[in-house]
Amino acid sequence: MTHILRILLAVMLAAAAPMVSAQERGPLRIEITEGVIEPLPFAIPAFEAETPNAAQYAQDITRVVAADLTGTGLFREIAPSSFVSNVTSFAAPVAYPDWRAINAQALVTGAVSVAGDGRLIVKFRLFDVFAGQPLGEGLQFVGEPASWRRMAHKVADQVYARITGEGGYFDSRVVFVAESGPKDARVKRLAIMDYDGANMQSLTDGGSIVLAPRISRDGQRILYTSYETGFPAIYEMTVSNLQRTRLPVPTENMTFAPRYSPDGSTVIYSLTEGGNTDIYALDTRSGGIRRLTNAPSIETAPSFSPDSSQIVFESDRSGTQQLYVMPAAGGEATRISFGQGRYGTPVWSPRGDLIAFTKQNAGRFHIGVMRTDGSEERLLTASFLDEGPTWSPNGRVIMFARETAGAGGAPALFSVDISGRNLRRVPTDGSASDPAWSPLLP
Amino acid sequence: MNIISKALIVTAALGLAACSTNPDRFGAAGSGAGGVGAAGLGSVSDPNSPAYFNEAIGDRVLFQVDQSTLTDESRETLRQQAVWLMNNGDYTAIVEGHADEQGTREYNLALGARRASAVQDFLVTQGVAPNRLRTVSYGKERPLAVCSDESCYQQNRRAVTVIAAGGVS
Repeated sequence: MTHILRILLAVMLAAAAPMVSAQERGPLRIEITEGVIEPLPFAIPAFEAETPNAAQYAQDITRVVAADLTGTGLFREIAPSSFVSNVTSFAAPVAYPDWRAINAQALVTGAVSVAGDGRLIVKFRLFDVFAGQPLGEGLQFVGEPASWRRMAHKVADQVYARITGEGGYFDSRVVFVAESGPKDARVKRLAIMDYDGANMQSLTDGGSIVLAPRISRDGQRILYTSYETGFPAIYEMTVSNLQRTRLPVPTENMTFAPRYSPDGSTVIYSLTEGGNTDIYALDTRSGGIRRLTNAPSIETAPSFSPDSSQIVFESDRSGTQQLYVMPAAGGEATRISFGQGRYGTPVWSPRGDLIAFTKQNAGRFHIGVMRTDGSEERLLTASFLDEGPTWSPNGRVIMFARETAGAGGAPALFSVDISGRNLRRVPTDGSASDPAWSPLLP
Repeated sequence: MNIISKALIVTAALGLAACSTNPDRFGAAGSGAGGVGAAGLGSVSDPNSPAYFNEAIGDRVLFQVDQSTLTDESRETLRQQAVWLMNNGDYTAIVEGHADEQGTREYNLALGARRASAVQDFLVTQGVAPNRLRTVSYGKERPLAVCSDESCYQQNRRAVTVIAAGGVS
């Protein structure tokens, strides 16, 4: 019966996967998917405060876990007001019939305490209500009270993973560009926040234009482009101390669009020489630089495959912006985008199965995904200006920037799952663009 | 029944979010290109003044959507820019390339660079010494006109020759 819970979610997620079976589709088949599914109902009674000073934490952690789960669009929280019984003690046996009566398929219980050394202890259990048994073992997290949100996200990641059979994405961060001021004099600051918009922190002062930050797999380093010398160049910042250094690449040329290799040892980027932009790779250990493309057209926005063997990038060598895949060491590139319009900012999914991109067609912008050979293209969004997709750690959700039109136009961050469902605005303090989602934190 | 049997100790990793931000950390490095101040522009009636260059000749040329090709009108403007630059050897210039908002950020940076380079190349063919010219692209980061239709976009697809006193840094 545990099975049923898991299978149900698997079906829901399958709706998010490319649907080919119904009819064989050629690589040019394009559709904006609007799957409608019924989210799985779950109950999450307020976590028990096992020590009096944990009461507020218990309440807040419960709400964050619930928000993480409902925010996926895969789960629906049952209002506590409809509970037949409540969980008075974390250790007490679960009254399954009471939860079945309100059709809760999953039940999350928890307890929070503050230990003698001041650290916070968060325990939780997950139950498959209709099977009448726990789903996995109880688990506990210990951390500093200031990190209570992270502990809540870790609980939610566990719940998500146990029910879907896939990794979660809640204990993660997003680096982005915080924007303020009028459109013709925009101030841009590098900023970082939790995936849900909490704990935002500015990393630069807004004195220079900063663009398109990328975060390393361990979440500790950020690559970005800055105009602080008046000329665009790539910098690397260490998140913990805000120390930053200029990337050791030629300074007489404009450099931009950096991205780490999966192991962080290589940085691929664009360099412009004599008006011509190509892609290069910097070995950060040896300092060696290798030119990966050599064409009179624009080659930019490179992104590694998760196995580091290939790079997807955009080029206008055909006359318009299109997507190409080449070996990681450079060499012959294969065009993979063939639909109507222009394609840019390709990003390889951490699962390796899809490439997300920005598409421009007939005066509209879209975020879309395609398989790595270019087949099964699907557009997930449409607006005046959607741009710059970045993948959730589990490859199920894409975050991007959406900018509104007109003199008062401004960008905001949105997320959408790969079926095109669950489009949501990501809360930020002010306007925001150029998101880059970290992997799950350690 | 369910004893809590597995504990994940995440204390070390959880100390992460504690760094502070110093707003003055990077100083006030300007984001625009270097140019002469307003006081140094001179009078538009003086053909050797930057004001004359900016206003009488015209400091910018415009481009078609997604193009970096110079129109006949642009070439005429640039011929006059070249003459001015050759007559005023104390000045250098930075050519700034820009794009409208209808494009992705990275591509627009590269496109702006292409436009700036097209202007630079033309000025050099007209006799301006290459070492007096430098290019920079702002992509879509610095629009002049802020509406979201072609009347604004055409003003933003530009390359601006910014006159500066002294050497190119």
